[in-house]
Amino acid sequence: MIGIIDYQAGNLTSVARALDYLGFKWIISSDPEVLFSCERIVFPGVGAAGSAMKSLQRLELDVFLKERFQEGIPLLGICLGTQIILEESMEDEGTKTLGLIPGRVYRFPDPLLYGEERLKVPHMGWNKVSWVKDHPVIANLDPEFEYYFVHSYYPVIESKLVLGMTFYGINFSSALAYKNLIAFQFHPEKSGRPGLEILKNFGKWVP
Amino acid sequence: MLSKRIVVCLDVRDGKTTKGVKFKDNIEVGDPVEMAEKYYHEGADEIVFYDITASAEHRSIMIDVVRRTAERIFIPFSVGGGIRNVEDMREVLLAGAEKVSVNTAAVLNPKIIYDGAKAFGSQCIVLGMDVKRVERSSKIPSGYEVWIKGGREPMGIDAVAWAKEAENLGAGEIVLNSIDADGTKEGYELTITQMMAEAVKIPVVASGGGGHPEHLYDVLTKAKADAALIASMVHFGMYTIKEIKEYLAKRGVKVRLKW
Repeated sequence: MIGIIDYQAGNLTSVARALDYLGFKWIISSDPEVLFSCERIVFPGVGAAGSAMKSLQRLELDVFLKERFQEGIPLLGICLGTQIILEESMEDEGTKTLGLIPGRVYRFPDPLLYGEERLKVPHMGWNKVSWVKDHPVIANLDPEFEYYFVHSYYPVIESKLVLGMTFYGINFSSALAYKNLIAFQFHPEKSGRPGLEILKNFGKWVP
Repeated sequence: MLSKRIVVCLDVRDGKTTKGVKFKDNIEVGDPVEMAEKYYHEGADEIVFYDITASAEHRSIMIDVVRRTAERIFIPFSVGGGIRNVEDMREVLLAGAEKVSVNTAAVLNPKIIYDGAKAFGSQCIVLGMDVKRVERSSKIPSGYEVWIKGGREPMGIDAVAWAKEAENLGAGEIVLNSIDADGTKEGYELTITQMMAEAVKIPVVASGGGGHPEHLYDVLTKAKADAALIASMVHFGMYTIKEIKEYLAKRGVKVRLKW
């Protein structure tokens, strides 16, 4: 069973539908007791870091996530979920986040320039990921594949934690991996076949 | 670097895909769920459903189309047509759409944009606009007027001013339909598309008039659109999405070529 953490940060049904399509069993819950028996955890999310952290604390999911991480349960972060596992986000005038791994979250610079062109923020649409190392969850993905992004903030992490980089006016870490944790700034559940491949690999991954 | 998006548009009436010329004379072209799935596999970057009947009694048919599509395609898709309030938005988003598009309802009640963005985030809220070329005037300085109700009623509102207002209210993207170009296959309206792309900071999707890959090249480069909407070009088998993308890539436009 894959547990999808519901902390009132966006619509989680698309992750669930993708897992359905791949034949995995899942449960969406905001109750740590319900999620406790899950063998793996997906931590998605869309929205703002500040309100998301408040919901996590109120639901005691912050403690739950830290404990599962320490126990070695496979964890998958997506989008806002990826930002919240770091230590701090500059969103909402600075928000202290879970701190499962070191790192901070910054807003794209304004203006964000690419040559003469002023790039739009959020970074919304399809972009490539340059994988900087191997990992079972991203095995056999064509480097020309693209993934679907929607975000205005991006993670800054130590280079040893970086799994993939993406260019949008600046180079940023779009994938990270550490022990039993793997996290993507893009949405694998909306990235077509390559995204489904990632979810399928995560569903079988033994860290 | 971010790819320019090719968005396939499916007009849906009573649960069937149709295609009209200049918003009239619609003919049925197939089942929307099957077509969405086909275009997903053929490399569409996004799908748009426009519910062109959108009468209250048919809403449940559209919701069912959305739900079935969401089980089968794993790229973003949006739904427009007949969205009147935040509850309508919620229903469509929970059924599995990534974005919801408002057009007539937003012109009549701009607050729906603000309410939708606050409830679901700006990234979910698309402003659809139908515009028609008119004489430039103090009231319509861009020379493009906003029409509502599927191109049936002029509003005396300037297209660029309306786009800016919608952006300030929280719209996350604009789909700009040219009534003059719609269904003609003679090319997108480059003038208003460029004006709009330069006036707002949110993405602009050009719509209406795409008939040849060169039209997409023009609107994505010269007119600076972030995405181009296509319908007839692919519905009637004149081009595949792959052919269009390969043409664009050859001419130096960054598009998603592998999926």
